[in-house]
Amino acid sequence: MGMTITEKILAAHADLDMVKPGQLIKARVDMALANDITAPLAIKAFKSAGGEKVFAQDKISLVLDHFTPNKDIPSAIQCQEVRKFAYEQDIINFYDVGSVGIEHVLLPEQGLVLPGDVVIGADSHTCTYGALGAFSTGVGSTDLGAVMLTGEIWLKVPPSIKLVYKGSLPKWITGKDLILYTIGDLGVEGALYKAMEFCGETISQLSMDARFTMANMAIEAGAKNGIFAPDEKTEAYVQPRAKRTYQIYRSDPDAEYLFTREYDVSTLEPQVALPHSPDNVRGVSEVGEIKIDQVVIGSCTNGRLEDLRLAASILKGKKIAKGVRCIVIPGTQQVYLDALKEGIIETFIEAGAAVSTPTCGPCLGGHMGVLAPGEKAVSTTNRNFIGRMGHSQSEVYLTSPAVAAASAIAGKIVGPEEVN
Amino acid sequence: MNITGKAWRFGDNVDTDIIIPARYLNTSDPKELAKHCMEGIKPGFTELVKEGDIIVAGRNFGCGSSREHAPLAIKAAGIQVVVAKSFARIFYRNAFNIGLPIIESEEVVDATEEGDTLKIDLDKGEVINLTKNLVFTIQPLPDFMKELITDGGLIPHLAKKGGY
Ligand code: SF4
Repeated sequence: MGMTITEKILAAHADLDMVKPGQLIKARVDMALANDITAPLAIKAFKSAGGEKVFAQDKISLVLDHFTPNKDIPSAIQCQEVRKFAYEQDIINFYDVGSVGIEHVLLPEQGLVLPGDVVIGADSHTCTYGALGAFSTGVGSTDLGAVMLTGEIWLKVPPSIKLVYKGSLPKWITGKDLILYTIGDLGVEGALYKAMEFCGETISQLSMDARFTMANMAIEAGAKNGIFAPDEKTEAYVQPRAKRTYQIYRSDPDAEYLFTREYDVSTLEPQVALPHSPDNVRGVSEVGEIKIDQVVIGSCTNGRLEDLRLAASILKGKKIAKGVRCIVIPGTQQVYLDALKEGIIETFIEAGAAVSTPTCGPCLGGHMGVLAPGEKAVSTTNRNFIGRMGHSQSEVYLTSPAVAAASAIAGKIVGPEEVN
Repeated sequence: MNITGKAWRFGDNVDTDIIIPARYLNTSDPKELAKHCMEGIKPGFTELVKEGDIIVAGRNFGCGSSREHAPLAIKAAGIQVVVAKSFARIFYRNAFNIGLPIIESEEVVDATEEGDTLKIDLDKGEVINLTKNLVFTIQPLPDFMKELITDGGLIPHLAKKGGY
């Protein structure tokens, strides 16, 4: 019997010829990740397990991205703890203000995660790296502390589900629309404990940035990981960045799937996830008249160069509606710099948007744009749970950067067609 | 391990932003976190909870972020065990890793109302609803998870064994 790409990667990292769904394995970890919220607890766990030296200084990434530049004294103290540990342990991939970007945009960009890797992060959106053909999944801090100590993790091999995308992408339809549609179909626990394998003819039309967006939100369907088989686009992305060797895996034709879903993308319209769940998804034309107070363009879902380009192409020469605050946050310093050179940042500022240094900030209601009671926001982020971006009586609508930019101009939720 | 406590009833998809909103994650002090536990859907929850109470919830409990602050906040609020129809996978791992027992059972959840008193015997795999006089059998835990709970969580387990 054949194996899926997920099973092959896990088998290789457990030194086994084959693995089956449900099997408990111990897997070697190629990259372990924590941020300013999860690292302090992971460090505590590492130390209380008797940890003195991390298993490998070059296989750990510590990224201070959530409440940075520090929003208050407690978050400054959290960063201080991580910084101290990073220096003490000579952690090579330590990112602080000035070099930091949002972890899941930053790590692939820096070539720190590669095809065929097992990546374990103390952050649920660690599943993002599946876009490269890696097995990557989120865990809590204690698990991460244990990985920093042992270089290993216990995992249950997940069963895979196959998501097949067919047809050509209509104008304005992005990876975000595809994944929102998929989550709307599967539901927030439709892929619970499972691997989501993205395939089909449409995939080759998707840029790497679009694939990162899709893999990023696998967790929103409850999945353990989301994964794409590497192709020429993956290789073109990875080759100039990789500083070590990597391995390409693909699913066998006779690999087993729990179930398969097929989606025809050619008739899709831009998608919106309504409050308060990422699976509460409708086409933008079915949303109705919703006036908004804020727009956020950024995050580990949609803070890459292509996302900013798309938003800027809609905002160019236009103005943000009166009464709407539009906040644009490039995912990394590199994205920021590239956008600056391309004149995209100028476009945002001329349109009346605020542009910030890379940070998670408003995505988790941390800082840089927290919502008041009753306020409504359109956001390119990945979660719209109650209170996610601020007060428990605020509302978040999740969309692509195209819908976000169009809505910023219109002052209400609209598709890009309506403002272009 | 024996647990008796009063049930607090919640619905499906209780996410980590409900359990502990991200804006409070500038600390990892469990006592501080516990103050805001469930505040999005049940303000004042922590004052209402008595040490040893039980959370009984629907499907996909703990979905969302990987924050271990979620099971920590629940535990520090005085909750002894969470019974749900299903758990989000990261929450499931985190709960065992920090030594908060959790139980998956559709039956128990369906039959439990807020305020019912439950008696849970983890070793025997039995849940008794003392208020309604109902007895349920629950799935035994995989050996590895049992080991984690007996050792008091992943860290004591690693410290004891020097590895997994
Ligand atoms: S951008 Fe949002 S979802 Fe992504 S890592 Fe930061 S807080 Fe988490």
